[in-house]
Amino acid sequence: MPQTADPVGVLSGNHFIDGDHAACEGAIAAGARFSSGYPITPSTEIVERFAQRAPMIGGTFIQMEDELAASITLQGAVWAGVKAFTVTSGPGFSLMMEHIGYAAMTETPCVFFDVQRGGPSTGLPTLAAQADMMQVRWGSHGDYDIIALCPNSPQECFDLAIKAFNYSEQYRVPVFVMMDEVVGHMTEKVVIPPADQIEVEPRHFTTKSKAEFLLFKPDENGVPEMAKAGDGYNIHVTGLTHDERGYPDMTPPTQDKLVKRLLSKIRNNAEKIWLYEEDRIEGADVVVVSYGITSRVAQRAIEMARAEGIAVGKFRLITAWPFPDKPLRKIAENIKAFVVPELNLGQMVREVERCAGGKAKTIHVPHAGGSVHRPEEILAAIREAVR
Amino acid sequence: MSTDLIPINPVEPFLRSERMPHIWCPGCGIGTTVNCFTRALIESKVDLKNLAIVSGIGCTGRVAGYTNLDSFHTTHGRAIPFATGLKLANPKLNVVVYSGDGDLFAIGGNHLIHAARRNVDLKVICVNNLIYAMTGGQTAPTTPGNVITSTAPYGTYDPAFNLPYLVEAAGAVYVARWTTFHVRQLAKSMQEMFAKKGFGFIEVLSPCPTLYQRRNKMGDGLDAMKDYKRNSKIRPGCPTSEVGLVKEGEIIVGKFVDREKPEYLDMMKAHFSQQLGERYIQPSSCEEFCSEEVPQCSL
Amino acid sequence: MPKGAVSIVVERCKACGFCVEFCPTHVLALSSAFNSKGYHPPHAVAPEKCSGCDLCGMFCPDFAIYGYRFPKKTGDAVETKEADDATDR
Repeated sequence: MPQTADPVGVLSGNHFIDGDHAACEGAIAAGARFSSGYPITPSTEIVERFAQRAPMIGGTFIQMEDELAASITLQGAVWAGVKAFTVTSGPGFSLMMEHIGYAAMTETPCVFFDVQRGGPSTGLPTLAAQADMMQVRWGSHGDYDIIALCPNSPQECFDLAIKAFNYSEQYRVPVFVMMDEVVGHMTEKVVIPPADQIEVEPRHFTTKSKAEFLLFKPDENGVPEMAKAGDGYNIHVTGLTHDERGYPDMTPPTQDKLVKRLLSKIRNNAEKIWLYEEDRIEGADVVVVSYGITSRVAQRAIEMARAEGIAVGKFRLITAWPFPDKPLRKIAENIKAFVVPELNLGQMVREVERCAGGKAKTIHVPHAGGSVHRPEEILAAIREAVR
Repeated sequence: MSTDLIPINPVEPFLRSERMPHIWCPGCGIGTTVNCFTRALIESKVDLKNLAIVSGIGCTGRVAGYTNLDSFHTTHGRAIPFATGLKLANPKLNVVVYSGDGDLFAIGGNHLIHAARRNVDLKVICVNNLIYAMTGGQTAPTTPGNVITSTAPYGTYDPAFNLPYLVEAAGAVYVARWTTFHVRQLAKSMQEMFAKKGFGFIEVLSPCPTLYQRRNKMGDGLDAMKDYKRNSKIRPGCPTSEVGLVKEGEIIVGKFVDREKPEYLDMMKAHFSQQLGERYIQPSSCEEFCSEEVPQCSL
Repeated sequence: MPKGAVSIVVERCKACGFCVEFCPTHVLALSSAFNSKGYHPPHAVAPEKCSGCDLCGMFCPDFAIYGYRFPKKTGDAVETKEADDATDR
């Protein structure tokens, strides 16, 4: 039952803006009216823009004292009934991990933008990397599952921001937009459609009576309905292992039931969550699997390889998590090799290799970060793949 | 005899009765503070539907789970920023933060001072048992010197925070301290705090019989309560610099700070109205909360 | 003539002793009976002295006891509930 965007927030028209700014507009178009932020390069512009826009669209921005606060303040706002987000990069992302786990455990719908930069630690604050891809999936302790999307252009920063908010409401889960410094800081044309052409998923507030409603009881799709403070439900939300009422119940059977459901609500719906771009997979000998800014370089390498007569297909990850294993397993059966370039020393390639299952080779094109690949590096790997 | 002649315990409607009895130890004072809290809510005629309670981790943090209100048991030290998010997104909510000394002042210290600095309209009830009780009795930033704890087996030697002093300096508009012996005064103080807009803070000294008392051979909860009765001095308006605590020493209680300062949302509204005029669109939930007469902020 | 009475929820009591100690008119004492957890709950040993002030209720950390004043209009005495009669709420 999606709705369309509130026109108050939507700057319909053609824009020439960078990825960070586009992400902010996407959040606003999706209905986000609260952000608690903390500055960290190269994500800061997203909240700087929100700070400027918020008072004119009925939104609220607060700069908190650190990322620990930023990542939980937005969750308080969600439980007061609004759509909320925060932004960060590597070091801040690490600080946010506990609260990411809290959002997953309490099934708080919210969005985090990670504009990735060189790491580890302070690393390269102003230069790109894609080295938080495993962290976004596994960074907090315990078993939980999340959704992560990778834009490769400012236009996609806008589009996927909206998608992220929609997924978060559909699955009552924190969703991550994994940008990188280049996509965040590159300026390109961004078309913002009229508000009535933007599909927005409203929060699934319950209409049940207080006696009937259970804040953590799943519906047929495995996802519970939402509520907010002030509606008279006397809800209880805790990070402790809890039963369907939300009351702490720290026993193995409840743990088993709860944690398995947190995983299955994503895994059972994975096919609806997968977004990817395929090109000329049919008849390909080698398929390049890439995401984010690297996919732009890979595009060039693919064209160069095709010019040399190599049958190379493209598989661009837009949803990184849940990882689209099913389509990749199918592709693995018919090709010689995957080529996986990424701005890290081996993260998503592990997933590709797992899906290849030994049926196709996996050739990794790593990069420690700080700049993007040269197309020639990826082309060399493609050539090696078909040798 | 007819049972409808017997009124129910005033605290009962505020409890998630199906979760009783609670986990707090015999002689622990947290439950006592909850009695005062409920009396204060009843007297204040607070709209309970729009009351949210947020707590952190620790023994006092369990209060949220036992109260029959919109209650949030958050992460260690972060009740205050979560509460800030609730309040800013829906200013109609009355938000109470109910947590312990370790949660609010050690891991949560940074958030506390910033919320006080901003004067966000939150009501903080800090149950101070001078120890990290839930995890087995480790040193807290409020543990006085020469006290045996599980991480100070030879006794503590570092200085303790003076909570009212710290919170006043950070910017709170209402600061008081009571003990779990002062049940009537505590309830009244909570009631006063609920009626006052801005960042309010009440420290409540409470016994921890199982860890603090027992390890230091100070008897049980009742001995601590008698100690509070004997050693407390009610000094309203006492300078907070003078209310620090020492082991088995004098306990100064009372209302120390009650002042006027512009509240965060009022300042925000005033500022944006001034800067943006007609272009300023308040969040829809903000209008009823922010006062019409907004005091000049003293930045 | 008592002006009030206490009501005790035996199963919640943890015998901390606050109510016994701080009752201003010394109505209560810990009984020799015990609840299912082995604690000795209080009982009114001097019920005639009860004013219904509810200080016991304010002090009780376990929400196991509270006091109430008799309504002023009725002149009839109302029996105090003994600890072993109390309803378990």
